[in-house]
Amino acid sequence: MNQTNDAALAAAEAHNREFLVFSLGEEEYAIDILKVQEIRGYENVTRIANAPDFIKGVTNLRGVIVPIVDLRIKFHLDKVEYGGQTVVIVVNVEDRVVGIVVDGVSDVMTLSPDQIKPAPEFGVTLSSDFLSGLGSLDDRMLVIVDIDKLLTSDEMELVESVAE
Amino acid sequence: MDITDFYDTFFEEAEELLADMERYLLELDVDEPDSEQLNAIFRAAHSIKGGAGTFGFDALQKTTHLFENLLDHTRKGELRLRRDIVDTFLETKDMLSDQLDAYRNGDEPDQEAFERICQTLQRLALEEIGQDLESGALVASTPQPVAKSEPEPEALVEQGAASGSDLRVVALLNVGEKDRQLLVEELGQLGEVIAQEGDEACYEVTLSSSVSNDDIEAVMCFIIDTDQIKIRGADTGGAPQAEAPVAAPEVEKQQAAPAAVEPPPLASSAGGVMPDSGKPAKAKSKAKGGGESTSIRVSVDKVDQIINLVGELIITQSMLDQTVSEMDNVANSALQNGMSLLQRNARDLQESVMSIRMIPMDFIFSRFPRVVRETAAKLGKEIELVTEGESTELDKSLTERIIDPLTHLVRNSLDHGIEPPDVRQAAGKPRTGKLVLSAKHQGGNIIIEVIDDGAGLNRDRLLAKARENGLPVSDAMSDDEVWQLIFAPGFSTAKEVTDVSGRGVGMDVVKRNIQGMGGHVQIMSRPGEGTTIRIVLPLTLAILDGMSIKVGNEMFILPLSAVLESLQPSREDLYAMAGDDVVLKVRDEYLPVVAVHEALDVPKAKTELTETIAVIVQGEGRRYALLVDDLVGQQQVVVKNLETNYRKVPGVSAATILGDGSVALILDITGLHRLSREKKEKRRPERKPALEALTDKELET
Repeated sequence: MNQTNDAALAAAEAHNREFLVFSLGEEEYAIDILKVQEIRGYENVTRIANAPDFIKGVTNLRGVIVPIVDLRIKFHLDKVEYGGQTVVIVVNVEDRVVGIVVDGVSDVMTLSPDQIKPAPEFGVTLSSDFLSGLGSLDDRMLVIVDIDKLLTSDEMELVESVAE
Repeated sequence: MDITDFYDTFFEEAEELLADMERYLLELDVDEPDSEQLNAIFRAAHSIKGGAGTFGFDALQKTTHLFENLLDHTRKGELRLRRDIVDTFLETKDMLSDQLDAYRNGDEPDQEAFERICQTLQRLALEEIGQDLESGALVASTPQPVAKSEPEPEALVEQGAASGSDLRVVALLNVGEKDRQLLVEELGQLGEVIAQEGDEACYEVTLSSSVSNDDIEAVMCFIIDTDQIKIRGADTGGAPQAEAPVAAPEVEKQQAAPAAVEPPPLASSAGGVMPDSGKPAKAKSKAKGGGESTSIRVSVDKVDQIINLVGELIITQSMLDQTVSEMDNVANSALQNGMSLLQRNARDLQESVMSIRMIPMDFIFSRFPRVVRETAAKLGKEIELVTEGESTELDKSLTERIIDPLTHLVRNSLDHGIEPPDVRQAAGKPRTGKLVLSAKHQGGNIIIEVIDDGAGLNRDRLLAKARENGLPVSDAMSDDEVWQLIFAPGFSTAKEVTDVSGRGVGMDVVKRNIQGMGGHVQIMSRPGEGTTIRIVLPLTLAILDGMSIKVGNEMFILPLSAVLESLQPSREDLYAMAGDDVVLKVRDEYLPVVAVHEALDVPKAKTELTETIAVIVQGEGRRYALLVDDLVGQQQVVVKNLETNYRKVPGVSAATILGDGSVALILDITGLHRLSREKKEKRRPERKPALEALTDKELET
């Protein structure tokens, strides 16, 4: 019995994943930390005409042109302000580099598989397709975003869809 | 280190050798083959065979082996060349390319094709050399070795010996088992061990190697004594036992060479196609072949990385420059001197790095003799191909993309441009048509021309055909406009569709491809005298001469090559047309006005038309007046792809990084025009009279 418990524990530990926790307004979200390339301030973004409003434009990241997406606008948050706290999380998704604007980065957390609950069917603005689950940590709830799926989805209009 | 590490090197080398082989085959004068060229072809086949053997590419090795044998007979004059034999050789070369590709992709080559080509070569050997054998000249030395798919080592040696080439038998006398293994391994390093047999007293190794006998001996001497080695490879009598002096192959080669040299082939018109760029070019290509290669092979990725880094350096440098220029001149003169030096060095560095990517047009032109030869044969025309400016350099990424359009244009010229020999004769022209491919630099552009001396374009027929296709044409159109009609989709004036061209697909694709490279196509044609199609391309896609413009608070870059002039529009020259549209009159020409701030939704831009600046630009042969707020300046910008991390943006071709580190978008003129039209279309149902009212008001005042 003990042995199987130990094995289960080890397996569970092996499945523990680390997440970067960031805030959008009052809500807390988390993404797989392995997707994150760097975190930088929001500055110097060149607007792109005729793009959806949540695509703020492009910026120069050490010689690479990187599109910047404001998730607050995408998720229809009430308050969208750009201040000293506003940061850009630069993520690496399917060989593409994309910056996402968030209200702040708070933590790096380790979650075990049993702390991650399946996401309920909800959301008009944020389809549960883009969620890997909900993380519960004491009394906090983290919305775990599948950043790969979200950023490569058609509705983000970041990637040229094949049909075009 | 694994042997597979060398695969790539072999593939690249083999590819180059095959390209050389094809070039020489095409240059060959069938009646009086140049022995230098025959030797070069033979050497190419031989080198590929060696490599293929080393890496265990059996099919490739066997094919090249048969091919090599045939070539050997050819260069010894035992096999009379004919057009169809050269064609078979070319076919073999193609087969080798296919095999090479298969191995490169980790596949086995097509077995059927391999057997077919082997049979073809063997049959050719049987028939051709069989005839020669009847004449009794060569009975002793070559008992049809090529007829067998795996000739005996003995036969190979004879052959190699007779031609002073690279096969030899190394006999090891009284060498123990252990040493012997070592020695055979050593020999394997020097060349290809084809066979080995014997006992301790006398062990014979058949070796194919380009190393001289002296060198082989020198290597072996590390392990055994000189008198334990006997190297044979020079006996012409056909008896392998007869020993020959080590130096014999060399001597024989020297003797054979002058005998084989024939008078330089004169350009005779009998052969139909003469894929030759004239005497000087020929002399040059020979010199090139003989010269020691002093280049190194570097992967394109590495070069691109350097180019990117240098681009970064330039950006950093101009950022510093901007900061320094804001400082006090007197106090910082040393710093400013340093900065100007840095600027100069950085530019020089950038130029040298960019030149790495440049490759000569020869790379492209060299494939056309084959195209012309085959197309001419198919069409029953006699055509002489002349190439000019082969050393003109072009960015590698462009050379790869220009090949298809250029091939299409050449085929088109051959099919529609140059008349059949009889027609030409009747028109008082030489029977042989002339097709010129030329390349030259002009400013920041490269100009590639396809010139034929054929019938020229027929204005009336083009117009008639255009009307038939429902295109808006009139007899008053300028020649230039009429010629551009051939680029319309589905347009073909060919009386019948041939399998070479005439389907009307293609010319529009050609134009689109060239425009995709940032270039354009011009046509000049005179009835009865021929047609010149001129492709104008930028030298490189990585750097652009740009004009920075300001709209609202945003900065954009226009490609300088597209900018013709800029002016302040006066009220009298602006005319409203069919509601939303506005045209600007510039010297008797009415240009559609494209307001950049409208197309790109720029806030806070000047909306009063007369306060803006009209930049007259050209895109896809059409002119537009772009309305911008300000002209800022001219600068070279490093082109950065937007699609790497984002997607294609309408009206924008790429992006660049400005001196202050911010990103500016490079505008795509035709895309911009399309965008502003689309916006107007979208607005039309709503009938928003904003611009209309504005322009009306202006016109009233």
